[in-house]
Amino acid sequence: MTTEAGGLTNEQLVDMYRKMILVRAFEERAAEEFARGVLPGFIHLSVGQEAVAVGAIHGLRRDDFISPTHRGHGWLIVKGLPLRQIAGEMLGRKTGVCAGKGCSFHMGDLDLGIFLINGILGSSSPIAAGSALVMKKRGTDQVHVCGFGDGQSSLGSIHEAMNFASVHKLPVVWLCENNLYGMSTSASVGVCVEDIADRAKGYGFPGVVVDGNDVIAVYETVQEAVKRARRGEGPTLVECKTYRWRGHFEGDPQPYRSPEEVAEWKAKDPIARLKKQLMAQDILTEELSETVIRDVAEQVDTAWKEAWDDPLPAPEDALTDVFAP
Amino acid sequence: MKELTFTEAIGRALQEEMRRDESVYLLGEDLRFFGAGMGSVRGLWEEFGDDRVMDSPISEAAILGTSVGAAAMGMRPVAEISFCDLFTVCFDQLYNQAAKLRYMSGGKQSVPLTVLTSAGGPIGGAAQHSQSLEALCVHCPGLKVVFPSMPHDAYGLLKSSIRDNNPVVFFGHKLLYMVPDIKGPVPDEEFLIPLGKADVKREGKDVTVIAYGFMVYKALAAAEKLSQEGIEVEVVDPRTLSPLDTGTLANSVKKTHKAVVVHEAPKTGGFGAELVAVLTEESFDYLDAPILRVAAPDTPIPFSPPMEQFYFPNEDRIVEGVKKVLGG
Repeated sequence: MTTEAGGLTNEQLVDMYRKMILVRAFEERAAEEFARGVLPGFIHLSVGQEAVAVGAIHGLRRDDFISPTHRGHGWLIVKGLPLRQIAGEMLGRKTGVCAGKGCSFHMGDLDLGIFLINGILGSSSPIAAGSALVMKKRGTDQVHVCGFGDGQSSLGSIHEAMNFASVHKLPVVWLCENNLYGMSTSASVGVCVEDIADRAKGYGFPGVVVDGNDVIAVYETVQEAVKRARRGEGPTLVECKTYRWRGHFEGDPQPYRSPEEVAEWKAKDPIARLKKQLMAQDILTEELSETVIRDVAEQVDTAWKEAWDDPLPAPEDALTDVFAP
Repeated sequence: MKELTFTEAIGRALQEEMRRDESVYLLGEDLRFFGAGMGSVRGLWEEFGDDRVMDSPISEAAILGTSVGAAAMGMRPVAEISFCDLFTVCFDQLYNQAAKLRYMSGGKQSVPLTVLTSAGGPIGGAAQHSQSLEALCVHCPGLKVVFPSMPHDAYGLLKSSIRDNNPVVFFGHKLLYMVPDIKGPVPDEEFLIPLGKADVKREGKDVTVIAYGFMVYKALAAAEKLSQEGIEVEVVDPRTLSPLDTGTLANSVKKTHKAVVVHEAPKTGGFGAELVAVLTEESFDYLDAPILRVAAPDTPIPFSPPMEQFYFPNEDRIVEGVKKVLGG
């Protein structure tokens, strides 16, 4: 049975609900591990933004490509990167997806269609355009979904990439995850327009604003853009308005915003919102929801435990993988 | 065997590699009508068309960045950045992306990318169009750096660069691109020169001069002058700066016991400093004198001809340097 929600079946809707819970549970566990002081480095969590990751990525094919942002664990999970490899990388394990040479914000796996997350903001955009150029050259109907934030939207490389992609009508979906803050800088003072999507006009492709806490709306909007790209009609910019509940990085004291503002956005929880919608349509029951939450908790716990048991790299492993043979 | 200019040698290498491998394509500014800023890809658009000789908007970060993405997807792009001075506006894609994707992916990804660029002067290009930025690239693990002097070497090394599974920055000196009467023999049969092999351009027993790019010609001219005074100079051209053929360089110094290193970038922190360090590590016991650097002064590059001529190292300065290490 399908609903009016973009042709999604009930099973798909419950699956999206499950994925949102999975992303949140995984990241909340990461926050706990970080708080224990046992995670090396620093991590950026996307708690509160799950509807964007799930809505944008759920409908992609296995052979489509994504470039997640540095707040990208959700994108990785939804595109199919095993939790154990993500946790392993965060723990610096040899079995991590990048063998301990990446970190939380450099993960990726081209076999799953995931370009490495970029630590240099904006720099994924030209790379994504290059990936899309290859899709066009090969005449496939693949698409590349490239994420960026409101903060990144000010970077010059994004301008170059968008112009290039538009000139060549490349199959890219530019997905702006506007969570209102670039680190400590509010979009209200860091971005010169109300809607970043408006900038699309300057590049000659459509720009669309969508409620980033409404997973079905994100799904439908991104799927429209994906279809357009598959038809060879070029890029679309989709701006998802959302909010991150936690700091820019774990441990961020967040002097730049008020607890009231955070509370206001927590009341717009994208997971609770979908739950309410699905229950109202009798697609989800409290019992099924409990089962999903329990299963996900077990899955996350197993992944982190396995990752903890995984081996660390040898110190001299630092010397390999500089050049390809 | 034909005599080819440096530009013709580059063009022939590109043409052969593009015919051989469909995944090779060129992307840069002004390729179709000008054959790129230095004319190095002239004539290729006529054969391969827009799809494989792609004119880019003036967007160096997009040229390099899309090439990184395409290389990760299995293509072998040749990204043309007409002046290496422009690396500064796309350096992230070279330094943080191309050079690091393999390592950061734990050895899963590769970036078979060639960056074709030009360096050097004097061409009246002043401070922002005459630099030699090879040392910046050599200092970045994950990049290979090629800087040939002779058309023969340019041909064989460019073909190897394109076939290499890693990002290679290929420097050509501007005067070699621009001066049509600098020619050299290039065999008609196809050949490759492996990256990381130095070449002795002139044998000599008294002192080793290590130079690359246009400075090889200056070193050879200096050697000719000095031979008339009975001083036999060995001129060694590393050709590839990274990986560096330390063996060939050190062997020459072990034979001559004295060395001068030459480049046209500023002296401080230049590639010459690395050469001196390597030779000291590898052949200290054989040295009869400190190794001397002949390089440009530590200033930006001036415009006005008298200042510009003064700025760039020339054969007289190399002669002076050689005499100094010989204790003259």
